Amino acid sequence: MAEQTSQSQGPLLEAIGASVQRTPSQGVLIADINWQVAAGEYWVVGGPHGCGKSAFLATMAGLLPPAAGVIRHFGRDLSCFPEAESIAQRTRVGFVFKGGGRMFPQLTVAENVALPLRYHHDWTGEEAAEPVQALLEITGLTPLAASAAQTLTTGWQQRVGLARALALEPEVLFLDEPMAGLEAAHRLWWRNFLDQLSRGAPWTRERKITLIAATSDFSLWSGARRHFALLNHGRWQLLGERADIPEMN
Amino acid sequence: MAVMADSFSTAEISDGPPAPLPRASMQRAGREIIGLTDDIRGMGAFLLITLSVALAKFNTARTVVRPAIRAQIVRAGLSLLPMMAFLAGALGLVVIGQTVFLLNRYGAEKYAGTVMVTVVVRELGPILAALLVMARVGAANVVELGTARALGEVEALEALGIDPIHYLVVPRVIGLALAVFSLTVYLILFALLSGYLFAFIEQVPLLPGQYFSQLAAALLWQDFVLLALKTLCFGLLIAIVTCYEGLAAPLRLDDVSRATTNAITKCVVGMVLLDAVFILVYLVI
Repeated sequence: MAEQTSQSQGPLLEAIGASVQRTPSQGVLIADINWQVAAGEYWVVGGPHGCGKSAFLATMAGLLPPAAGVIRHFGRDLSCFPEAESIAQRTRVGFVFKGGGRMFPQLTVAENVALPLRYHHDWTGEEAAEPVQALLEITGLTPLAASAAQTLTTGWQQRVGLARALALEPEVLFLDEPMAGLEAAHRLWWRNFLDQLSRGAPWTRERKITLIAATSDFSLWSGARRHFALLNHGRWQLLGERADIPEMN
Repeated sequence: MAVMADSFSTAEISDGPPAPLPRASMQRAGREIIGLTDDIRGMGAFLLITLSVALAKFNTARTVVRPAIRAQIVRAGLSLLPMMAFLAGALGLVVIGQTVFLLNRYGAEKYAGTVMVTVVVRELGPILAALLVMARVGAANVVELGTARALGEVEALEALGIDPIHYLVVPRVIGLALAVFSLTVYLILFALLSGYLFAFIEQVPLLPGQYFSQLAAALLWQDFVLLALKTLCFGLLIAIVTCYEGLAAPLRLDDVSRATTNAITKCVVGMVLLDAVFILVYLVI
């Protein structure tokens, strides 16, 4: 625990000379990424369709191995984690997939959200009911709790993906184009909700969650000050912290 | 084709040694052998990983994994009981009844028990139960897992720190192994009963007591051990092959049907080879 505390004083996430690829046969998509993310920061990484944003997020989240370089989470190289520690680390990082959040179609909304809690804490359905109920409530999913996840529209499925990712109370949350293709009401809800997550809310016990979102449209992220970066033509470019970034679209 | 035609005509004309196989055929055979070797190596590694995960995480997430194992046993075992009863009835009537009837015609009814044990207990029972499970559950496994893989659900599990082998494969392996074993036992019992029923209808002069005494006398303790081993191996084989084909390689949705066909072919070939190994064991003991 002492080690963990000392490590978390440095950057939460760090990429050193990292390269991103989907599969070895497809070659490197983005090369030479040097990046540091401190606790509580809110990053938006933009780029055109097909530039490799999803592969970039998956690599930074530790779901894909980097083609080259080093990725560090909480001060430690991801490739050096032994199996047991790697799972413990994995639960500190959440991931919301794009286009419906990749629900488990055979499960209901509540079961989808409960799955990580039940798996990692070895809880029964009853034991997981209370935290699941709380997550469904803050994400506006309570009326849909018993619905089959696959019957929901993409907008609602995306929220189930968010609730599921938040179940293990991650310190860092990756979001792959969370607002793409959503109607205005859903987009507004997401913006407000992510702002609350970033600032700390009563239901996170005022804990600030580090957010890293990918987007192909910067205009969806206008208004508040955030850190911006760009992926374009295989290059990684830091744009800095600014509120006027949407005008650069 | 032109190369093949040339080589055949040369072989017909000359009296020398036969012409070498056309180069394309050699290359194809080579590719097939390399592919087969890769498959065997991949499945062997997959089996070892699955067994190590099953042991290492025996007490992990019991509230999630144990109900999943029960669900697999119900799906591959209990749900197939009616179909199994139908098959066992057919097997009893067609094979056993006829055999007993023929043995009686030639005055060899005292061998009925030995024939039954050899044919039904050692051979047909296990392979029929395994084929039934493969067709009804193995094929569904490939489709489910292949679709899950193609739609990114496996990555979603990994993102949640859930081991896909532990959550998706281990319950199927344990469930299918136990289901094939249990179904085989029921299938053998049903088949032996329905066989005697047919013989009874045909008025074969073989009393139930005599029939079952012959069966009991023909059964060795090794039969029980090998039956259990064989059926567990069949279940393990079906589960590993179907899970491997569904999960091991990245799939697109339109690859799922090809993966299913591949898995079924490999299961059938694997079962025949496994059966051959057990025949050797029976011959040795």
